[in-house]
Amino acid sequence: MPDYALNTSENTRRRHIKEVRFQWVGRIAILISLGFLALMFIAISVRGYSVFEQTHIQLDIFFDEAHLDPSGARDPEMLLIADYKPLLTTALQRRFREVQERREKRRLYKILSRGAVFALGEMVQKNPNLIGTSQRLWLPASAEVDLYMKGKVDVSLEEELRRLKNKEINWVNQLKAQGQIKKKFNTRFFTKGDSREPELSGILGAVIGSAFSLLVCFTIAFPLGLLTAIYLEDFAKKTLLTDLIEININNLAAVPSIVFGLLGLSIFLGVFHLPRSTPLVGGMVLALMTLPTIIIAARASLRSVPNTIREAALGLGASKVQTTFHHTVPLAMPGILTGTILGMAGALGETAPLLMIGMVAFIVDVPQGITDVATSLPVQIFLWADSPEKGFVERTAAAIMVLLSFLVLMNLLAVFLRKKLQRQW
Amino acid sequence: MGSMIKILNETAIPVTNPIEKPCILSAKNVDVFYGNKLAINDVSFDIMENQITALIGPSGCGKSSVLRCFNRMNDMIDACKVTGDIRFAGQNIYDPKVDVVALRARIGMVFQKANPFPKSIFENVAYGPRIHGLAKSKGDLEEIVISALKKAGLYDEVANRLDESGTGLSGGQQQRLCIARALAVDPQVILMDEPCSSLDPIATAVIEDLMESMKENYTIVIVTHSMQQASRISQKTAFFHLGDLVEFGDTETIFTNPEYEITQNYISGRIG
Amino acid sequence: MFPSTNLQLRRAGRGSKLKEQIIIVGMLVCSLVAILITIGIVLSLAFEAFLFFRKVPVFDFLFGLEWSPQTAIRADQVGASGKFGVLPLLTGTVLISFIAMAVATPLGLYSAVYLTEYAKPKTRNWIKPTLELLAGIPTVVYGFFAALVVAPIIRNTGSGAGFDVSSESALAAGLVMGIMLIPFISSLSDDVISAVPKAMREASYGLGATRVETITQVVLPAATVGIVGSLLLATSRAIGETMIVVMAAGLAAKLTLNPLEAVTTMTVQIVTLLTGDQEFDSAKTLAAFAIALFLFILTMGLNVIALKIVDKYKVHYA
Repeated sequence: MPDYALNTSENTRRRHIKEVRFQWVGRIAILISLGFLALMFIAISVRGYSVFEQTHIQLDIFFDEAHLDPSGARDPEMLLIADYKPLLTTALQRRFREVQERREKRRLYKILSRGAVFALGEMVQKNPNLIGTSQRLWLPASAEVDLYMKGKVDVSLEEELRRLKNKEINWVNQLKAQGQIKKKFNTRFFTKGDSREPELSGILGAVIGSAFSLLVCFTIAFPLGLLTAIYLEDFAKKTLLTDLIEININNLAAVPSIVFGLLGLSIFLGVFHLPRSTPLVGGMVLALMTLPTIIIAARASLRSVPNTIREAALGLGASKVQTTFHHTVPLAMPGILTGTILGMAGALGETAPLLMIGMVAFIVDVPQGITDVATSLPVQIFLWADSPEKGFVERTAAAIMVLLSFLVLMNLLAVFLRKKLQRQW
Repeated sequence: MGSMIKILNETAIPVTNPIEKPCILSAKNVDVFYGNKLAINDVSFDIMENQITALIGPSGCGKSSVLRCFNRMNDMIDACKVTGDIRFAGQNIYDPKVDVVALRARIGMVFQKANPFPKSIFENVAYGPRIHGLAKSKGDLEEIVISALKKAGLYDEVANRLDESGTGLSGGQQQRLCIARALAVDPQVILMDEPCSSLDPIATAVIEDLMESMKENYTIVIVTHSMQQASRISQKTAFFHLGDLVEFGDTETIFTNPEYEITQNYISGRIG
Repeated sequence: MFPSTNLQLRRAGRGSKLKEQIIIVGMLVCSLVAILITIGIVLSLAFEAFLFFRKVPVFDFLFGLEWSPQTAIRADQVGASGKFGVLPLLTGTVLISFIAMAVATPLGLYSAVYLTEYAKPKTRNWIKPTLELLAGIPTVVYGFFAALVVAPIIRNTGSGAGFDVSSESALAAGLVMGIMLIPFISSLSDDVISAVPKAMREASYGLGATRVETITQVVLPAATVGIVGSLLLATSRAIGETMIVVMAAGLAAKLTLNPLEAVTTMTVQIVTLLTGDQEFDSAKTLAAFAIALFLFILTMGLNVIALKIVDKYKVHYA
């Protein structure tokens, strides 16, 4: 008698439980992966966002002519490097009259950043008429005070274990009570180069260094990659040579990036004696790394242009070269550009090869050209991450946020190109 | 023409002869949607036990869709929705209480293109009994496999190479391996979706003979492109056109004296 | 019949033909750059490595159990006192890569299986690109994350459980590297799993198999070769990864398999040997090139094998 039952048996019940269990394992795997992603973003944002604000202290500064420019020459160079420190100490003394003891005074002066001096210098250089006047100014506070204002100093800790002592906290609290200390948008971080002092350091130098490197990288890798792709896709007959080229491209895409750095070190620096630590060499190394990515993307894009287009052009009497450059390449361009942008995004995040060619130095000045000594955004992150000062931790996180924003922008651009311009054949 | 067929359909719901064998599968008012598109429109017919029922019609007429309803293979397609009443031995197979795993164990399937797993011949056939826990011991399993291969008429050809890959067999042998694989689960019904469409005439003949002998113990529903095949092997034939069941009845009647002109046209090769 | 017109046509044709030939040759030259880069890499690494092996025997390098390049302090004892055994570095590299793969393989594979076999198209459409974000994050960011977040967590949990965990540990670096490799493995396996023909799945479902039975007994066995290929590619990535280990693994060249200790890797040593003050031609600097050559051969070998496997797999299911 055949069995027609369709309901769940002991056997199938067991199997369905297994099924559900397996599905949950898959879900959990995805959740863990996405969880790590979220954790990383949160951990970095939590540390980094505070950099975008910087604590400032309000002081009445008297720009004493006798001190700054006794000769009255108003030479801009001299005004910049004049000794502004006494102005600050005087102002602080006047604000905190109760502080008399010498050691305490010295502590008091340290609630201001060393950058306050430069700030005054730049101000006076720009506007010499300030000399002889008294101004109420917001000046940057020291890194420790900044951390305290951002709630990152554990006051419950014993005094000896803190860099910020009770006295200083007391002063800051006095200022706070009178509204003479507050957090303002940190323009310095976006407009200055590196510095030994966390509160003075900025990322502009690194950003410009990265931009110059990418410029060099693009100038080399894009035409080279495009022409290679066109040749391999539309012109090359299958020979041993083209096979060799293809194997090479596929394998280069998997060579560890640091090896490209060594190539740059021994050939570009060692043989050609190109200037060390510059975006020129950095960009060249990045170009070699990006080349396979661009070639592979460009070939895929060229391949997706239907042959009917080529046949139509050839049928009208266009030569093969004309067909390719007048018809195929323009049609494939959105895809090629998408691939190139993604390749550039990869190059922007690359660190290891740049360490090899010396872009890892401490550089204060913002580079002016591709042959100036420079660093790059990811290398700057690496350098700051390595610094022992606590103030640099948040700088590192903030720099990462900037780097990731650039990457997001580039990816959005790529998505936009793909969505808007790419046709569906 | 579509509307005409609809009218015909409503008036011509096939009547099953109560003296005949018991009905094992029945479809009543079945609609199949792919997304918003109606692929099968209000189809009703019964399938008798231990008979071969052929579903014929021009390509795209929905005969495969109907076939795949019977063991709920359409469940695998996200956009596909089936409404209506389909019963297996009186039980609604779309009832939430029905276990689709059990259903497919009762109603096996053989596909258009032979699709053996990239495993040995033995493992191919043993797969079903294994997952359903049909064998109590290794000996049991071997027995099931050998018996299934014998029923599929393949055993003599592969007896001494059971551990070789199933993908190494010829096309006809592969298809018979797939039949053996389906038989090993001991189903009551076997659905065949154009099983011979990629085979040469000799291999086709072998499989047709096989179906003839399988009829003793199994109910077979076969979708076929070939009218000759339908007329050769089936007892009942259903003719589909553009998602409608135009005509259903004894194969002999359909092929010699169809009720509708469109059936006549298809059978005589004027449309298709 | 019309010789003059004919001639004109031919002449115009010839001129542009020459121009086209030049363009084509130009493109060929461009495509040769790919080969040139490989040759450049091999030659530069091999040349400096050759100089190194004149100072330190190959055997000592490959089979030496000690790595202490820093001991060559005085200039007059070049290379003599340093110990250049690559094995501790190799052990560190293998240990960290192993941890990374142990993290990434299950997470990546299960994610790929879930996305291809279970997820609705809508879910898949946002999860897949989100997972791939992990691949777009620069490694220096992972390094920072490893050093700042993961390492302290591991140290604290470790010491809470009574283990002695160093502040830089193979576990922290390996774990974070594993996260980095998840999208790499999941998208490669995704391709491979999707390439298994639908007919295979249908056959299995038609027999009444559940999804998990179909996946584990039909789909995955059919995709094994391709998955192994993608795992090899990921391993080659792990071995060549630099920034995460530089920032989170440490410098201690120890011959240990304890994941809680600080270890060093080949890439870390290349960076340490070549950054900072360096005199060219010292055994110390040249050693970096020898390690790099070793690294290059290792990753290239893995890669060639992996690509071959994947290619063969593609042909199989084309």
